[in-house]
Amino acid sequence: MNIASLAPLAVVLPILGAALTFLLIRHSRAQRAVSIGLLSLTLLLECLLLASAWNGGTAAVTIGGWVPPFGIVMVVDQFSSLMLVVSSAVSLAVLVYATGQGMADGDEDAPVSIFHPTYLILVAGVSNAFLSGDLFNLYVGFEILLTASYVLMTLGGTGPRIRAGVTYVVVSVVSSVLFLIAIAMVYGATGTVNMADLALKLGDLDQGTKTLLHVMLLVAFGIKAAVFPLSFWLPDSYPTAPAPVTAVFAGLLTKVGVYAMVRTETLLFPGDTLNTPLMVAALLTMVVGILGALAQSDIKRLLSFTLVSHIGYMVFGLAMSSAVGLAAAVFYVAHHITIQTSLFLVTGLIERRGGSSSVDRLGGLAKLSPMLALLFFIPGMNLAGIPPFSGFLGKVGLLQAGIELGTPLAYALVIGGVVTSLLTLLAIARVWNRAFWRRPTDAEHPDPVLLASPAARVSGPGAKVNNTVTLLPRTMVGSTAGLVVLGVALTVFAGPLFSLSDRAARDMLDRTPYIHAVLGEGTAVPGAMGGTSASTGGGAR
Amino acid sequence: MSVNLTLLIVMGALYACGIYLILERSLTRVLLGLMLLANATNLLILATGGYAGLAPLFAKDTAAQEYNDPLPQALILTSIVISFAVTAFMLGIIYRTWVLARQDEIQDDLEDRRVAATPSFDAEDDAEIPAETSEFPLTMLGSDGRDISNHGASSADAGLADGGHETDQPVATLVAGGREMPAEHAAAEEKPGSLNVDPNPEGGGK
Repeated sequence: MNIASLAPLAVVLPILGAALTFLLIRHSRAQRAVSIGLLSLTLLLECLLLASAWNGGTAAVTIGGWVPPFGIVMVVDQFSSLMLVVSSAVSLAVLVYATGQGMADGDEDAPVSIFHPTYLILVAGVSNAFLSGDLFNLYVGFEILLTASYVLMTLGGTGPRIRAGVTYVVVSVVSSVLFLIAIAMVYGATGTVNMADLALKLGDLDQGTKTLLHVMLLVAFGIKAAVFPLSFWLPDSYPTAPAPVTAVFAGLLTKVGVYAMVRTETLLFPGDTLNTPLMVAALLTMVVGILGALAQSDIKRLLSFTLVSHIGYMVFGLAMSSAVGLAAAVFYVAHHITIQTSLFLVTGLIERRGGSSSVDRLGGLAKLSPMLALLFFIPGMNLAGIPPFSGFLGKVGLLQAGIELGTPLAYALVIGGVVTSLLTLLAIARVWNRAFWRRPTDAEHPDPVLLASPAARVSGPGAKVNNTVTLLPRTMVGSTAGLVVLGVALTVFAGPLFSLSDRAARDMLDRTPYIHAVLGEGTAVPGAMGGTSASTGGGAR
Repeated sequence: MSVNLTLLIVMGALYACGIYLILERSLTRVLLGLMLLANATNLLILATGGYAGLAPLFAKDTAAQEYNDPLPQALILTSIVISFAVTAFMLGIIYRTWVLARQDEIQDDLEDRRVAATPSFDAEDDAEIPAETSEFPLTMLGSDGRDISNHGASSADAGLADGGHETDQPVATLVAGGREMPAEHAAAEEKPGSLNVDPNPEGGGK
């Protein structure tokens, strides 16, 4: 028996956990144990999957014994297993953080006891989307994670969350409808929704139909991935959610969209028909996103804008459609999931310690809590791409791919990438200067929590309550620190990771391993090697 | 593949009405629009199956092409279930909006408005820097010779007053989590399980 045949468990285990935690809704201690235990088990399983796929073992699992292309298949290759491992590691850290927050705030039987089942369903949806080898199953994966995210986004049902939730739900439903229309059109044109089968059959369609299907899919995924003209919803909706929820959304949900875009571009529509619009979109996403970030004074909103901006880097690597660019994009996705999530978690800690997430109210946190400052500084510099860190390595890979391509647009992207990196540094440095370095009294509207001297806080009236509100629980700091360490580990092990993403990129551009894994060894892949070399050399015309 | 014209016209009409409705500001109409879009898409999927044939139950003497294509119907079934769940959730949200705000409209983002109203002058970045930069100035002199040692502070106040903060007026405070805090700040700090939040919100209940 092959280890890859256990792949469906990556979806089944979290769903099982969701069912169990739903039954245990009145027992929060058992709920916590079950969800953390099952998620750890899932992570372990996915590490095994990654190990089995590490040296290029693409494997397909047919569900229910239906032979592809008729039944649902799940495909484990380097890219999908890498995404699974990173996403599960991140969601485990966020889960620990969330339970820490719940325990610290003493909501043993608060209305957020539905958090655990919903969260596990979200993880199952993400895993399903990463593993799916079938367009409609991908849609189902998206819907599972989106429906869970609607609930998490509006957790508690307070005014601001409902307001933000409405925007989020409507935009997500519209993008899902677009995706479904695209699937219907694809089925009408080819008579199949299996992605490997589509890879063979889409090539025979005439150019007009092909471009229509391609654009429909890219727009649907572009909304989910928040690529510039379609990114308006993200900074509006993400910051209002609870800190752990925002963190996991920022880390995972947009990346699932990017993942789907990568599969569309490499597997379904190889070649370079839409590379020029994609490059323009990437450039605008990077620059407009980071300019938006500079205008914000709230750290959560600022980070949401940097999230949009850095999606541009991934699209940049994808639009190069060369092995170098795609490898850098794969590496960048893994790096960005970790870093962006840890930054949002740290912001949650800042909010607890400093009483606010607005830089107009914060000050002096570096002195007040040096640990917090360290936890913000490392991923912050990593996000901006300061040399030793993985953000720098990913960006260098992208710039290299851009220069290798050598068209004027590619050079524009290279310049845009460097400028965005510098502006990210500026945005992070502004937060650092204001929230961490200046005296609390210099803040425009200093938060009372920061102004109170330690002595006054102990002796003053209501001191006890004050302390429990502002103290940083050990589980929350620990899980954040774990994620920051994972981000640093991505830097330390960047060599093996980059060679893995390079192999993943080559396999994806080649398409043969994927199609052979799903449809059998004997399948003839049209233009497998020829197509790759043409697209590597061709670029944007 | 053949196409049923009636199905096509109905689908087009549903799409048109759906798109018109989701552009409305009223939430209930947006929900109706989304439902119409979902149903129009179901018809589109049905149309990809071609002409109606026999029910796809295996019979010995029937040729394969006489059966109906069962896959689109399976897809529609899934998408109906999904849109049912989403509709139920949307109805819940709309009811909650009504309970909280007594209105059935999409509301503006306050933070967006605040950022839009922020003046381009930033007290920290754009303030006039005194010409005298020695470490121990007796008086801080501006480039035009005027005494500006208090300049930064006063312009900061002016800039913030433009930004919509009433700095002069007494700040409304309320007791939250056992301490007194500004109302604005209390609203910003709410999180699930926070001591400032009413564990049993209006319209909630266990």
